[in-house]
Amino acid sequence: MEQRARTDFDKIVKNSNFSKNDIDFKIKNLNNFIKNGFPNKKQETWKFSDLNQIISKNILNLSFYNDISVTNKIDSSNFIDGLEHNKIVFINGRIEKIDFKYEEKNKIKITDGINTKNNLEEINSIISLNNAFTNKHYKIIVKKNYSLKKPLVIYSITDQKLNSKNISLRLDFLLEENSFLKLIDFFSDTAENNFINSLYNFDLSKNSTLKNYKIDNKTNNNIRYSFNNIEQDENSLSETFVLSSGSSFFKNEVNCNLKGKYSSAFINGIISLNKKKHHEIKTNINHLKESTKSYQLIKSVLENNSKAVYQGKIYVNHEAQKTDGYQLSKAVLLNENVEFNAKPELEIYADDVKCSHGSASGSLNKNSIFYLMSRGLNYTQAKDLLLNGFLLDVIEKITENEIKNLVKSSIGIKE
Amino acid sequence: MIEKEINKIKEYKYGFSTDIENIKAPKGLNEDVVKFISNIKKEPQWMLEWRLKAYKRLKNLKEPDWQKPKYPKINYQDLYYYSAPKNFEDKPKDINDLDPKLLETYKKLGIPLQEQKRLNGIAVDAVFDSVSVATTFKDKLNENGIIFCSISEAIQKHPDLVKKYLGSVIPLTDHYFATLNSAVFTDGSFVYIPENTRCPMELSTYFRINASQTGQFERTLIIADKGSYVSYLEGCTAPMRDENQLHAANVELVALDDAEIKYSTVQNWYPGDENGKGGIYNFVTKRGLCKGKNSKISWTQVETGSAITWKYPSCILRGDNSVGEFYSIAITNNYQKADTGTKMIHLGKNTRSKIISKGISAGFSDMTYRGLVDISTKAVNSNNYTQCDSLLMGNKCGAHTIPYIKNKNLDSNIAHEATTSKISEEQLHYCQQRGLNSEEAVGLIVNGFCKEVLQQLPMEFAVEAQKLVGISLEGSVG
Repeated sequence: MEQRARTDFDKIVKNSNFSKNDIDFKIKNLNNFIKNGFPNKKQETWKFSDLNQIISKNILNLSFYNDISVTNKIDSSNFIDGLEHNKIVFINGRIEKIDFKYEEKNKIKITDGINTKNNLEEINSIISLNNAFTNKHYKIIVKKNYSLKKPLVIYSITDQKLNSKNISLRLDFLLEENSFLKLIDFFSDTAENNFINSLYNFDLSKNSTLKNYKIDNKTNNNIRYSFNNIEQDENSLSETFVLSSGSSFFKNEVNCNLKGKYSSAFINGIISLNKKKHHEIKTNINHLKESTKSYQLIKSVLENNSKAVYQGKIYVNHEAQKTDGYQLSKAVLLNENVEFNAKPELEIYADDVKCSHGSASGSLNKNSIFYLMSRGLNYTQAKDLLLNGFLLDVIEKITENEIKNLVKSSIGIKE
Repeated sequence: MIEKEINKIKEYKYGFSTDIENIKAPKGLNEDVVKFISNIKKEPQWMLEWRLKAYKRLKNLKEPDWQKPKYPKINYQDLYYYSAPKNFEDKPKDINDLDPKLLETYKKLGIPLQEQKRLNGIAVDAVFDSVSVATTFKDKLNENGIIFCSISEAIQKHPDLVKKYLGSVIPLTDHYFATLNSAVFTDGSFVYIPENTRCPMELSTYFRINASQTGQFERTLIIADKGSYVSYLEGCTAPMRDENQLHAANVELVALDDAEIKYSTVQNWYPGDENGKGGIYNFVTKRGLCKGKNSKISWTQVETGSAITWKYPSCILRGDNSVGEFYSIAITNNYQKADTGTKMIHLGKNTRSKIISKGISAGFSDMTYRGLVDISTKAVNSNNYTQCDSLLMGNKCGAHTIPYIKNKNLDSNIAHEATTSKISEEQLHYCQQRGLNSEEAVGLIVNGFCKEVLQQLPMEFAVEAQKLVGISLEGSVG
């Protein structure tokens, strides 16, 4: 793999016009990735999902070179119907379209350039991989006091041309004071056996709000990793919702630094799996200043040999008095041979805090099924009704109505 | 100067050391020391071979380093692995033959071996540095066929039982400290309860490290045969020394069909002074195997001592319908550190486990609960309930919860809850209003917080533990 990564890297550098600084930065990251390889289960945070093994099992001859000189045709059938939205379209790892047609022109600024300021690559080797191989570092700036009128949808589309490739996507966002961004990540893949990793870095200034919804609902045969880093200033708010269901492997990682007073972070997620899928949600919330708040709710439904993992960590440092942290994960196991692993973690260094977590896993309540069946439902109907209610609980946490409905209809949940 | 000493002793009343001439093994860890220990205990060849096998494996093992409390590297060559009071080469047959100084020591500890004979209640096995010095109530226990003696004696007198069960729960192929113990363990207790016997009294062991630069490596093996019951208590203290001393014991429990073992620990090793100097490193491996159907193992621990506590008393629930329980109070003050919890490994059908853990940290201390609940595919209809609560006093200390939850079985349920909080102003105010001073008020609230666990202790221990909880937190309020 090492040789392959190096030759592919040289090929990319030759075909593009990176500055000297950029190349140095990329080489540093490449070396870091080659030194560490893909994360494996010996690393504590990858204990339940051995990515190195998963990649070597599923992807033969992983290639790091992706030809981005050819434009791809945009197929509008991939777009979300019935929802007016701005778009950024990635096709096979190449940005094909950036369209903010519903917004005022001077309120959104897009810059291009590597941001080497935060040392995210120290978190894991995939971030180094992303830094080394991503072709564009776009930064989207939402100006002071501006709220986007319509949500921004980021489409990540792949077509059949793509196979056994590593695709690295990267976007940076800066939300200036008092601004508001709604962001939907929408995955649509027809390609198979690729490793797709995306890295988002959000900077939330004072009083700004970010709502990020990730929807992975179309069954596909790719291995996906997503990392969101969210830096939050005073009184800012972030809401993250993850629907994790389609890809054969998906690890969603959210790292949240609550750096300003009264900032808050909400993370909700659904993992709904069948076949041999293996998904993980990992969260890391760092309460660094006083009076910060975080809330997490993750629910999983598992069928047919699938495996789900939830690792959540709440960290509270000495300064962060009056922290309110909550974490709950629940899982329903529907078949034999499914597996649910959880590691809900608290690390607390302040005394005036309210932190709690809960985790429960098991089968559907037999009494509830009996109750419903005695009222005339058959077994499948009773089961569906119970699961419906189980998941609806999370979906109701979505604060945007139109997006709530979109999620409901995409997984067929009734009210 | 003298006053200072007195004050020091007040803080940790077990902090005296006894001047008794000791026989020590040569310093350091090597094959000869292993042979020396085996030889001085007049062990049979198979035991020596077992030890050497462990030692051989140890040479290729690395010390684990994933724990939260970090400590300076231990120089294993700078320790004595065997230390015994001199006149113990020929072990006294009767308590009356004991060195009066030793008896005095045990009196100070509150274990009056002499008087114990007359009191009806607890049978004691006392381990001083490396050897078991006295076991009381032997005759009475013998009547019931119960074997309660030091492990060295058991190796001599009951080799079949020892051969069969030693290493069956903590094998030679385990982690670093367990393997180290297998190679150099010096003494410990051995208990065998025959079929359908209910042990008529509480069995108890008292451990004390006296000599300096000595590691204590005791090994306890408890076997409860079919349909039997035993309740076992363990207490520990050590003198105050500026150096850190290592205590790496192995405790193995085996419960056969319908048997029940209740194991309680009040751990009060010297925790170091208020600046974090000295104290015991308590790196103990405790594991119970519910081998038979309907068996039950219950761990109760009150951890107030040690500079670093790093242990996970675990249950392997292999028999169908077996039950594992873990009740724990861990208190850290000053610069103490603890990384403790349990493992519940469900292998049999209809197995149940319950974990109640209460952590209290004060001063500059750091406390971690780390636990594993693993329900395997075959453990149909199993249940686990976990609750861990932490109480923080001040913002210089830390409290952490790291549970690992693995569920591979559709018919099994796991529930986990954890909270972290502090003593609320309202509660304190309420108590103070009714005439308690702030320390008494904290004591009362903390005792209430720990009640669920204290209830599990046998009566004699519960009183001591309750006092200990109060003492450990002295000076942490205000």
